[in-house]
Parts: sequence; structure tokens; C-alpha cells
Amino acid sequence: MLRRIRILLAIVFGLGVTLLFLDFTGTAHRYIGWMAKVQFLPAVLAVNILVVVGLVLLTLLLGRIYCSVVCPLGVMQDIIAWVSKRKLFRKNKRAKLANKYSYSPTKRVLRALVLLLFLILMVAGLNSLAILIAPYSAYGRIAANLMQPLWLWANNGLAALAEHYDSYAFYTVDVWMRSLSTLLVAVGTLLVIAVLAWRGGRTYCNTICPVGTILGYLSHFSMHGPVFETDKCNGCKLCQRNCKASCIDVANHHVDMTRCVMCGDCMDICPQKAMQFGNRWKGGGSSAGHSSSASTARHSSPAGTSDISGESKESLADPSRRNFVKGLGLVTTAVTLDAAAKTVDGGLAAIENKTLPERKTPLTPPGSLSAKHFAQHCTACQLCIAECPNQVLRPSSNLEHMMQPMMEYERGYCRPECTRCSQLCPTGAIRPITREEKTAHQIGHAVWIKDNCLPVTGGVDCGNCARHCPVGAIEMVPLDEAAEELTMIPAVNEAVCIGCGACENLCPARPVSAIYVEGYEIHREI
Amino acid sequence: MERRDFIKILSTGTATAALVGCGLKKEGDTDPLGHHTGEIPTDQMTYRDNPTTGDRVSLLGYGMMRLPNKVGGSSRDADNPAEEQIDQEEVNRLVKVALDHGVNYFDTSPAYCRGHSEEATGIALKASGYPRDKYYIATKLSNFSPEQWSYREGVKMFENSLRYLQTDYIDYLLLHGIGMGGMEAYNGRYIDNGLLDYLLQQRKAGRIRNLGFSYHGDVEVFDYLLSRQDDYQWDFVQIQLNYVDWHLADETNARNTDAEYLYGELEKRGIPAVIMEPLLGGRLVNMPNHIVATLKQKRPEDSVASWAFRYAGSKPGVMTVLSGMTYMEHLEDNLRTFSPLQPLTDEEQEWLETDVANLYVSYPTIPCNDCKYCMPCPYGLDIPAILLHYNKCVNLGNVPESMQAENYWQARRAFLIGYDRSVPRLRQANHCIGCGRCVEHCPQRINIPRELQRIDSFVEKLKQNKL
Repeated sequence: MLRRIRILLAIVFGLGVTLLFLDFTGTAHRYIGWMAKVQFLPAVLAVNILVVVGLVLLTLLLGRIYCSVVCPLGVMQDIIAWVSKRKLFRKNKRAKLANKYSYSPTKRVLRALVLLLFLILMVAGLNSLAILIAPYSAYGRIAANLMQPLWLWANNGLAALAEHYDSYAFYTVDVWMRSLSTLLVAVGTLLVIAVLAWRGGRTYCNTICPVGTILGYLSHFSMHGPVFETDKCNGCKLCQRNCKASCIDVANHHVDMTRCVMCGDCMDICPQKAMQFGNRWKGGGSSAGHSSSASTARHSSPAGTSDISGESKESLADPSRRNFVKGLGLVTTAVTLDAAAKTVDGGLAAIENKTLPERKTPLTPPGSLSAKHFAQHCTACQLCIAECPNQVLRPSSNLEHMMQPMMEYERGYCRPECTRCSQLCPTGAIRPITREEKTAHQIGHAVWIKDNCLPVTGGVDCGNCARHCPVGAIEMVPLDEAAEELTMIPAVNEAVCIGCGACENLCPARPVSAIYVEGYEIHREI
Repeated sequence: MERRDFIKILSTGTATAALVGCGLKKEGDTDPLGHHTGEIPTDQMTYRDNPTTGDRVSLLGYGMMRLPNKVGGSSRDADNPAEEQIDQEEVNRLVKVALDHGVNYFDTSPAYCRGHSEEATGIALKASGYPRDKYYIATKLSNFSPEQWSYREGVKMFENSLRYLQTDYIDYLLLHGIGMGGMEAYNGRYIDNGLLDYLLQQRKAGRIRNLGFSYHGDVEVFDYLLSRQDDYQWDFVQIQLNYVDWHLADETNARNTDAEYLYGELEKRGIPAVIMEPLLGGRLVNMPNHIVATLKQKRPEDSVASWAFRYAGSKPGVMTVLSGMTYMEHLEDNLRTFSPLQPLTDEEQEWLETDVANLYVSYPTIPCNDCKYCMPCPYGLDIPAILLHYNKCVNLGNVPESMQAENYWQARRAFLIGYDRSVPRLRQANHCIGCGRCVEHCPQRINIPRELQRIDSFVEKLKQNKL
């Protein structure tokens, strides 16, 4: 019974969280966005006290049921382990049960050390390393990088079909590799976890996972859990050999609650009904003696460091790099204009891809408060990246911010009507903002590169940046008022510019735009 | 063949049911409603005589500007090199069917289909097996770009035309697009470099049998050229004529000239008119449902296009009506309309010119004919695709006036998703910088940058829900 409920809930959560990473329309978040927000580590980082207290109480009450139901990585491992137990993969095809696990003593020191290292890294701001083993975001990377493309391709197939029938039910979306390094990390994580789960069930959860360790310490004192009825047990060890957490020691009639994920398999399998869901506090309570010294919760520090102290630096690009950009621009604007000579009708001019400007301060999404706040809170789960409809967000390849999202404007820009990433971020790295707030939220400002600007280089009237600035921060002014034919160039009012990148994205200079956005380390309000 | 027979039997069945005692019908007959159902007759084409050379020209002329390409669209929609290739086999087939049914006027230009139309036309005509004197070739001196304005470039273009068309004479040669760029462009292209003298000379030598010009744009040039009729002896003139442009050309664009005037000037001088854009580049087929219903109500079994062709063909001073037929279905429908032509009654003519035309201009479509003269845009935009998408949405009622519109959300979705489907994002209107290079090329004199920026701001309002 317990097992059935657990499986049902796990399926609901597993599918729900996965859908969040697949969906690109923003529909799923309206209904099940909370499934990401009840994840343990994100809730801690977001200082979501309600959720954290709730999960702590849940664990004290029912053990690590969280690991079996809410954690998508846990569910994924259960699925892999379940497949590995199918007859197809068994050595002894005639056996009724897989009987593939065995009891092993807990790796107490290893678990404590990994957790300690994780906490130290988080506090030291080396999130990009720490989050590699964070369960929810690890799953997010797998889902966003490996599952979402399949979903998008399937959608595009339907969109092609819809187009054929003149229906607007589906629309095509671009499927693109946002970052090779993150993709490789996702593949690596999947491989390691799949192998561990295939061979040993919950090995990862019970040795490496920091959340598993913390909840394990709590679960040690949990009120309920599987309880041996010693008089019924005949010592057959069926439960022990089918426990994916390897936490049942039949010889001593002991269940290691720090590792038990409350899956209920043992209670279901025992022919003697000697393993029962029961109140552990009432009974012998023998396990209390095993409590380890490291049981004090130490996970509060990352949330406590959200004060912003980074000093604001001048956001001007250094001159040598600018010159380089300039040089590039000179060569390439000429290419664009070459296409103008026209002798026959029809055809489309080739469009050169934009190259990314080298921003001194990377751009972080509106709502992320500051580069520091963002870096400290983001677990790089890729949820916002999977959702961004403007192809602006993508994982960073910079070692310091590895896999955390950053913004680039070569494919689109941060559109004024969109605040999706801020609404769905479960860790509070991007705080929720409204559309109205967004228009007054400066994440950077536009910088003009004279030597790339078409009116200057090609003598063409342009003004596309000014025309598309959603906050009216750009005005076209004459370069030289005395000249006979006025060359109009953009004048950026940095006090009004919010750094959305409309100008950079729509600038006709290719591959290097004549106007680009420099980020602010600390976001500002107008 | 089996299917055809089946359809024949079906239609015969219904026809006899309607007219009891009429007896069995023969191939090619029309039913009592005037709807052609059987085989298209091969010997019923309507012809007009050219007074100067005595040519018997088919009233339906084949325009070689919208040739099919290998992926099954018009060859001018090329987005990548693979699509660029004209489907020569299909062109051969179309040309052969046209010739078999009496079409004998083929109109091309060195600029069409990204410069490949003449060659394709030459190959198709050769492959048809018809002798050279059974058809007439019309081509043009399309020296639009100022770098082609020299005498040498002009002569080279003419000689190339002969080579591509595999012939040693051109039946109808046109100064291409007179009026675009005003007198200045006309003088630069043909007078200052002595090219017109060269062409007159070639006519004398018999390498050009008829010399004429096609007119778009500034009416001053049109008037000037006709005033010199005694010097130049234009054998024919190509003008844009259809039932909307007859009275209302200036409704769509104040700078355009009514076809009534243009045609009248030619008729006065006895110069045969060749008609282009009888369908306004297909816009008189892709019309709002309401107008289609009005036309269908009058002649339920006739195509919408047939009205426009019958309109142009009914003018006695018209020598041939050009149609750029991409698909076999276009060709077959047109052959039915012209084999033979049933001229419009006076009432029908009046009704089209006023009622239908007024209804048509009341829809705010942009008068783009998809001729692609504006292309390629140096900034990569797909101008005609953007304008056509907008027009399509206007016709389908998907351009809501405000968010209060009843169908706002549905129309918004159709407009935005359809926009991405019709035009790749990098080629959409928001990339127009307003350089204005396209404007001088547009024979419809559309203020393209203004329209694109208008569409862009509409799209922006839709996206932000601020309409």
C-alpha cells in the first residue's frame, strides 16, 4: 500500500518536474511551477522558510520520502534500477525476484566529507563546482539538454503537420545547442548516475548527494519508518537483497534510517509481513544510539550571504578589445553592403551570423539583483534557459559561472513583455518581477561603436536601434552638425537604458553590432 | 486518362440531367452555365492582329517571370541555392501544352528568375519542336542598375538575350520599366548612351521585329515617349491594366496612373497594348472571401481569375494579356478562359470597374504584386514575403484593430505564427533600416520602408498586447 502510493506520487512529481523542463510555452509553469519550488536545495537558497520547514517536518515524520517522491533525480534512479531488475537483464532468469542488492555499512565519513566540501564550496562562492552534485539541478541539466531537444523536435514535427493543414495549433521553435560544455556535463552526469543506479540502486543518494546526507541526518530521528517485527522475521533476507538503499541489516534486525528512502519495497516483499510501517519512537528506538556527531544542520550559510557588497565598477570596455571589435566591424560591414549591387530580380541576400561581443560584465537576467547574488543562488538547473522564448539565456562556459545562465543578444533580445525566467526561478537567483518593474530595471547599458555604425561607415540612414528601443533611451543626433548631409548617429541615454539588447540584436552591422550592451555588476532601479 | 473520362462522364451526366434531350456531348463542349469541363480545345484560341507586322498573336501570352522551381514553388522564392534551380522539365511541359493550345507569345527578360528565365525559355521553346516562325518571343533591355547604363553593357545584354533564347531575332523587344526613376533614368539608360538609336537600327536590320516599351511609374516618361511616336514608331506598348487599376490605380498609390488613361492614349494612336498584371500579381485571385463570393455568385463555376482575364481581353486594343503561369492548373484554367474568349458584357465590365474594384480597395492590403524587383534587399529582408503575409492576414480578417476586437487572440496567434512561418525571423520587418534602396525598384511605387515599419510596429503591438 505505502509502496503503491509512493510510486504514484513519484510518477506525478517525476513527470511534472520533467514537463517543466520540456515545456517552452510557459503553460506548465502556471499550474505546476511549484514542483520546482518545493525542491530542497532551491528552497534553501531562496530562503523559502515555509518549504524548508515543511520538508524538515516531513522528513522527521516520514523519513526520506522526499528522496523517493519529490526529487526528480531520485525518481530517475528508481526507474533505471527498476529496469535493471527486469528479467531480461537478470543472470538467473527463473528467479522470481532480482535479489541483486546486499547490506553494506554506511559510508559515514565519506558522506560527511562530501557534504562538508559541498557547503564549503557554496560558501566560498564556487557554486559552479558544488552544483555538479546537487540533485535537482543535475536532473535539470539532463532534462534541458538531453530531453528537451527531443520534445522540441516532436513539436516541430507537429508544427509542420499543422502548417500543412493551415492550423495554428503548433508553431516551430529553434532547436539549438546552447552550450557544449553544459551538454557534456549533462551527458557525464547521466552516465555516472545511470551506472551507479543500474548496479547499486541508490548509491549516489547515499554517498554523494548533499541533500540525501542532510535529510539522512534528519531521517535518523524520523518518527515513522520500516520497523522489524522480530518475532515474525525468519531471517530469509529477501528484504535485504531487494533494498536499493542497501540499508537493511537482517542479521541485526536493523534499518539504517539515514539511508532508507521510504520506498516501501521491503514491506511489500516480505512474505512474513515482518517488515511493517510503524512508529519508531514507540518501539525499541534502538537506532537512536547510532546517531552521528555531524547531525547538526549546517546548510544555512549560503542563504545568509545574500547581502550585496560587490563594488560597482565602471562598465566601460577596455580600449584594446574595442579596437579589435572595431577592426572586425570595418571588414564586415563592407560585406553587407556588397550585396546591394543588383542586376537581376529576386533572391535573398546572405545574412552573416552575429558574433558575440566580449562583455566585460556578463549580463544576468532582470530580477537577479546583482552578478554576485545571481552567482551565489543559481544552481544552474537550466529551467530558465529551457523556458526563455527569445533565445537569450544560455549556460555560461566561463569556469567561474559554469553552466549558470547568461544573456546574449545575437539570436533575440530580452523582450519587454516577457518576465518568464523571473517567475519560475526556484532558487530566488532571479527574483520575480512584473513587466512594469522590468521597464525600470537596469541590467546594463548600451555602448555605441562608432566604427561599426552604418551611417558612419556606409553613409546610409539607419536608426534601427532608436526605432526599436522599448524605453526610448536612444535618440538619433547629427554626428557633425556643420556637415551638409547630416550623418545621424545614436545617442544613448544611459540613465534610461535598461540593457534589454533590442538595439544590439536589431543592429544591421554584422557580424559585430555597432551597439552592444555592457552589463552592470549590481542592477539598478530607475 | 481514366480519371478524366470519369469526370467527363460525370459532367455529361449532370449536364444531360439539366437539359433533357440535349443528347450526348462532345469533347471540349461547354455546359450550359459556361463552365468548361471536358478537354480544353486546341483550336479555339482567340487571336489579335498586330497592325504593323501582321502577326496573329494569341490573346493569352505566357509570362516567363514566375517559372516553377525544383521544390515546387515559383523559382523566385529561392531561399537557398538548391531552390534556385528552375524546373526545366516542368517549364518544357508547360510551354509545350501552351503551344499545343495556340498560345504563341512568350514574354521574358534578362532580369527574371534571378537571370535564368531567358535561358529556360529558350530551351523550352526549342524542345517543343515548333518551328521558330510559329511563336513570338518578347524580351527586354533590363539595364536597371546604373552600372549597366553604358552602350557596351546594353548591346551585350541584347546579344546575350539572342544567345540564351537560341534565336537570331527578337519578335518583340521592350525598353524595360520605363518611368521607374523618371526621365533621368530613361535618358541614362537609353538616350545619353545611344542605345535607343542602336535598337532602332536593329529593328531596321530585322533583328528586332517590333520595338516597344513597358511602362511603370512616372507618367511623364510615358507621355513623352508617345509624343515622339512619329520619330520612334513604337510597334506596341506594355501597360498594367486590370479592373482595379482602370479607375482606381491612384487609390492604392496617389502616384500611380489609371489604366483608363494609359489605354486611351494607346488606342488614340492605334498602338497595340500588351497587358501585364491583369491579376495584379495574383492579388485579384487572393481576395477577401466576401469579394470571391460576389464573383462566384455571378458565375459560380468560373474561376476568380477568369474574370480578370476576360476583363483585360475584352478591350479591343489589347493584343495579348500576359499571365505568369507557374502551375499546369493556372495554364489550363487560362486556356479555358481564352479558348475562345467570352467578352464581358457592358454591364459586367461596369460592375467590375466600379462595384468590385471599390470593394477591393476598401480592404487595406498593400499593392505588392510579388514581382520581386525590390529583391535582393541588401539587409537580407524578404520584402514580398512580409507584404504578402500582411495582405493574407488582411484578407482573412487577422489584422485586428484593437485588443477589444472579438477575434483578437485568435487573430494574433494566426498573424504571429503565420509570420514566422512565412518569413524567417532574420528576414522580418524589424530588420528594415529604412535605407530606401528598394523604393526605386518597385513598379507599384510602394513606399516599402514605410509599410515595413508600419507592419513592424503592428507586430510589436501584437507581441506586447498593446494594440
